[in-house]
Amino acid sequence: MARRIDLSRRQLLSASVLVGSSVALDRAQARSISGEVPWEPDEANKPDIVQPGPSEFFTPEEGQFVDAAVSRLIPKDELGPGAREAGVTTFLDRQLAGAYGKGSDWYMQGPWEKGTPTQGYQARRNPAELYRAAIKAIDDYCGGKYGGKKFAALTPDQQDEVLKGVEGGDVKLKDADGKTFFKLLLQNTTEGFFSDPIYGGNRDMVGWKLIGFPGAHYDYRPYVKKHNQKLGLEPVGIKGRPKWTPS
Amino acid sequence: MRKVLTVVLALAVVSLFSVLLAQAKDTSFAQIERGRHLVDAGDCVACHTDAAGKPFAGGRPIETPFGVIYSPNITPDRETGIGAWSDEDFYRAMHTGVRPDGARLYPAFPYPYFTKMTRDDVMAIRAYLNTLPATKNPRKQADLTWPLNHRVFMRGWNMLFFKPGTFHPDPNKSAEWNRGAYLVEGPGHCGACHTPKNDLGADKTSEALQGGSVQNWFAPKIAGNMRDGTGAWSVDDIAEYLKTGRNSHSGAAGLMAEVVADSTSKLPDADLRAIAAYIKDVDGGPAKAPQPLAQDDKMMVAGQAIYADTCAACHGGDGKGVAGMFPPLAHDANAQQADPTTVVRVILQGARTVATDKRPTPVAMPAFDWKLKDDEVAAVATYIRNSWGNAAPAVGPNKVKSLRDSLKKGLNDGT
Amino acid sequence: MASAARKLPPVDVVLVGFGWTGAILGQELTDAGLNVLALERGGWRDTSTDFAVTFAQDELRYMWRHALFEEPARETLTFRNAPSETALPMRHLGSFLPATGVGGAGIHWNGQNWRFLPSDFVARSHNEQRYGKLSDDMTVQDWGVTYDELEPYYDKFEYLCGIAGKAGNLNGQIVAGGNPFEGARKRDYPNPPLDMVYAPTLFEAAARETGHKPFPCPAANMSRPYTNPLGVQLGPCTYCGFCEKFGCGNYSKSSPQTTIHPVLLRKKNFELRTECNVLRVLKDSAGKRATGVVYIDAQGNELEQPAEMVVLCAFAHHNPHLMMLSDIGKRYDPKTGEGVIGKNYAYQIVSGVDVFFDDKIMNPFVGAGALGVGIDEYNGDNFDHSGLGFIGGGYLACWQTNGRPIEYHPVPKDTPKWGGKWKAAVAKNYLTSLSISTHGAVMSHRNNYLDLDPTYRNAYGQPLLRLTFDYTDNEHKMSDYLTDRATDIAKAMKAREVHAKPRQGHYDIAPYQTTHNTGGAIMGTDPKTSAVNKFLQSWDLHNLFVMGTAVYPQNPGYNPTGTVGALTYWAAEAIKTQYLKNPGPLVQA
Repeated sequence: MARRIDLSRRQLLSASVLVGSSVALDRAQARSISGEVPWEPDEANKPDIVQPGPSEFFTPEEGQFVDAAVSRLIPKDELGPGAREAGVTTFLDRQLAGAYGKGSDWYMQGPWEKGTPTQGYQARRNPAELYRAAIKAIDDYCGGKYGGKKFAALTPDQQDEVLKGVEGGDVKLKDADGKTFFKLLLQNTTEGFFSDPIYGGNRDMVGWKLIGFPGAHYDYRPYVKKHNQKLGLEPVGIKGRPKWTPS
Repeated sequence: MRKVLTVVLALAVVSLFSVLLAQAKDTSFAQIERGRHLVDAGDCVACHTDAAGKPFAGGRPIETPFGVIYSPNITPDRETGIGAWSDEDFYRAMHTGVRPDGARLYPAFPYPYFTKMTRDDVMAIRAYLNTLPATKNPRKQADLTWPLNHRVFMRGWNMLFFKPGTFHPDPNKSAEWNRGAYLVEGPGHCGACHTPKNDLGADKTSEALQGGSVQNWFAPKIAGNMRDGTGAWSVDDIAEYLKTGRNSHSGAAGLMAEVVADSTSKLPDADLRAIAAYIKDVDGGPAKAPQPLAQDDKMMVAGQAIYADTCAACHGGDGKGVAGMFPPLAHDANAQQADPTTVVRVILQGARTVATDKRPTPVAMPAFDWKLKDDEVAAVATYIRNSWGNAAPAVGPNKVKSLRDSLKKGLNDGT
Repeated sequence: MASAARKLPPVDVVLVGFGWTGAILGQELTDAGLNVLALERGGWRDTSTDFAVTFAQDELRYMWRHALFEEPARETLTFRNAPSETALPMRHLGSFLPATGVGGAGIHWNGQNWRFLPSDFVARSHNEQRYGKLSDDMTVQDWGVTYDELEPYYDKFEYLCGIAGKAGNLNGQIVAGGNPFEGARKRDYPNPPLDMVYAPTLFEAAARETGHKPFPCPAANMSRPYTNPLGVQLGPCTYCGFCEKFGCGNYSKSSPQTTIHPVLLRKKNFELRTECNVLRVLKDSAGKRATGVVYIDAQGNELEQPAEMVVLCAFAHHNPHLMMLSDIGKRYDPKTGEGVIGKNYAYQIVSGVDVFFDDKIMNPFVGAGALGVGIDEYNGDNFDHSGLGFIGGGYLACWQTNGRPIEYHPVPKDTPKWGGKWKAAVAKNYLTSLSISTHGAVMSHRNNYLDLDPTYRNAYGQPLLRLTFDYTDNEHKMSDYLTDRATDIAKAMKAREVHAKPRQGHYDIAPYQTTHNTGGAIMGTDPKTSAVNKFLQSWDLHNLFVMGTAVYPQNPGYNPTGTVGALTYWAAEAIKTQYLKNPGPLVQA
């Protein structure tokens, strides 16, 4: 019954086994790697940096809604700029126009059921669709309740009331899951306020400055033993900070 | 009469036998091994092997300031290699840079260095090359600017710049020094990269081993200067670097990583120490250290900020790095060369140290070209060249831009 | 099971998945002279190209957009709390973050590296002996291997990684400053503990004051440059605070890339194929031996890879999933309690206590994945459980791993979730707060298990794994106990405010907790109640071995990776010294 492993049968499988051979860094293709750790100069799986420019996803009306909504979630005040000033609308715009908006990594096969509170996101819509539907539904709701006014035209107090209603589920939206939308909007706004400025939000690192987070700094060894001391480190993003420019 | 005939016959047989014996000695294992060792020292495989091709079958594009040359096939193939060449043909090519058909070879093939090799050594190389599998790979035409695209022009060049001649040991120096000199000036052809060239691509012999530009790299000065040469490295340091690709001061990357992997890591320790002893003894010219830039210079201020945010995590705020892993930048000769090309290139494209059995970790520095603008690269390069006791000319944004442009166009990126 | 796929030339060993266990086994088995092929469904990953210091510190991309993690669009699972419910797909990652790609979760783990307690390995017999019979629903089992047997292999993994720590029990001698409850070790850690930041020192003082014995937590973040026994070099940690969920940019976190790949990938008898997803394991017609695997490459070609040995090295539950898809072993049925494949899924139960100061500056962004101080008084059976109504325990620690603001912005109890007051609370408390974590065991239960979903399929058309799991009273009681103990210590810190956040309610698949999924192919001494024997060899196919946490019969209080490493070396040793000489079952059932 026992069968020996034939240690004499040596068969290297890869046709490309040359000592010192390297392989092209094309991540989409299956590769056979043998002989050395592959590497090429000037290769970097770098981030997609947002370029300034016109809106790629939001219509002008949607943009106005988002500006107004995020201003309530993280308002401008005596502590400093809020989400709108930080460019969160641009951040959201680019996110929804891209892979995140499409939900490309998510499991989007049916059947679709509502689910229990512990089964997570079960909405049929991807984020882009959800935003689009919910913004329209909320503006429609506001129009009905506030005499034809869209969300952006309401007073701040009224806006807060609407948002709380959507958040809690008391405001029922037509053809949109308000609770799920609000959760997503709040999460994405926080992301836009605190993510690296290369993604379009956290302009001038205002989010990081608010709390004292130094950002993309990597070497903190000089500070480990500085217990209970304010460090006063200027925040830096992946693409740098003002002091990087000779002047 | 018969007795005389017998003796003559006997003598003929003996001399024939001796000739046969002599021939048997010439293709002996010892000679082939010596040839293999010399081929390692000469790093023939690097130029004579294309990235996707078979070893020694040629076809690798070699960029020169005058255009591109493709290396020939030196396997014993009779049609497309050198199998049909006689031994004399081979010696003539190595010693004088002339092909069997009389055409001149271009000095991208470093015959001005190989001329120093003894005939025995050249024949040993031939014997080794004859053992390689004959591989078909026809010669690709060179693509050079006029008038160099005509080989006859090389006759003039040779008249000006080349004098064939075997190496003569210096009786005033040790055997080790002479061995090192032979290896460096002969098969090793270190000066082909490490010696500056004049406008016609010939060595500036008065500045031997004081650094040279090659394929968008700057091969640093390896003469014995303290600040920007090998003066601060011990013989052990140099031997370790050549053997493993790294030591406590530095790690070989780019073209030199190839040299270590294909050539010097295979040489015996005695040869590496000999090379080290020789190059440390080469006079690298007067030591004129520039004044380091002031710390409050605007490039230094910006460079310091960039360094603290992006470089310190490996190279340390004090520039000391991690021995054998992240090279120290403080007192680094390579960082202080007059020509900053290597520093700028490594920042732009990243670099990886060579992996050997003794030091298998191929530590790699990432590419910064997408992350830093030209003035930022210039600032941080200037900063490391002028901090912790280093002193070297500042780097300007235009240098960075022109290197970026060259790298985009370049064929040989030195991997 | 016949296959119509194109058949490739055979190899000695095929490894399914190339994370920690794939790299360890690749190295060990190539040393034994075998031809080893690793198949990884994801792509190539390495430090300077994929998580370089130039862009690794990107919270959005790696933590929230999951750049290094498994894509549910390709493979996920369905989830329900109880058998009476309908399981629905986990459509995005949340509670746990498995990886994809070369290096697996070994790239993005924290580096919190522990040895399980000696009593953990005999959880059933030990607890029954001390506290009486366990309920029938609690399907806790002994492992079949002891701490003493594993001790040299824990050591081997720790020295491979360069773990930074302080021994608490050296050959039976308790050493001050270390963990007095740990199992005896033959020698100290290879590196001294990391330099400590402020917050853990506050916890340390309060823990001592309240009668505990705090110690620095063992870390796979290098406290100094280190060359491991394979000759591979690691650099010193720079406390960047982008550790867990991120790749390390400067070679200072132990991972397959930083400890094994440089040596393994140079070997001529090793090959790695990326973007190759194994669909199933093949068996011979008698169903007694594995004959290889079928996989699908990035071009969509199905290929058969014959092999003398097959080792499942995928992440945790993916291994029992593959066994189910390959019809290996008897499927577990919660109603009858029979069968083993899918049985005893477990997880971790965690909670925290936030502590708010006015006058103490923590600088939370100076962090490392395993930088912290812990206490072990409430772990395992280190304390008397009489009358408490639960078994098991967990450790308490004050970690300082990061201050990444999207994830970390602590606010006091009852702070509104958005608006001006939220903003003010975040700004006020960010620098001056700390957190005490409790990290608790999950015991196995008859209704916590894995099987195949009847409805939903993965990208290859195969049934998704179905997870049925909830915390039981045992877990809630235990976790509440730990939270209370943490609160006691927090109160001793004399802070402005203490906010305990116990784990309440049903297990929720959405919020991130830990990536410590265990069980489904558990190890044991009896083929009726376990899927693999003590050497991780399948009872059903003697040339099939199963690695990773799938073999844990239940999940103790510590993080699981250290034990994964030890068990992999233990199994490798059995393969090299016993199996290869005489291929067949290593344990007679």
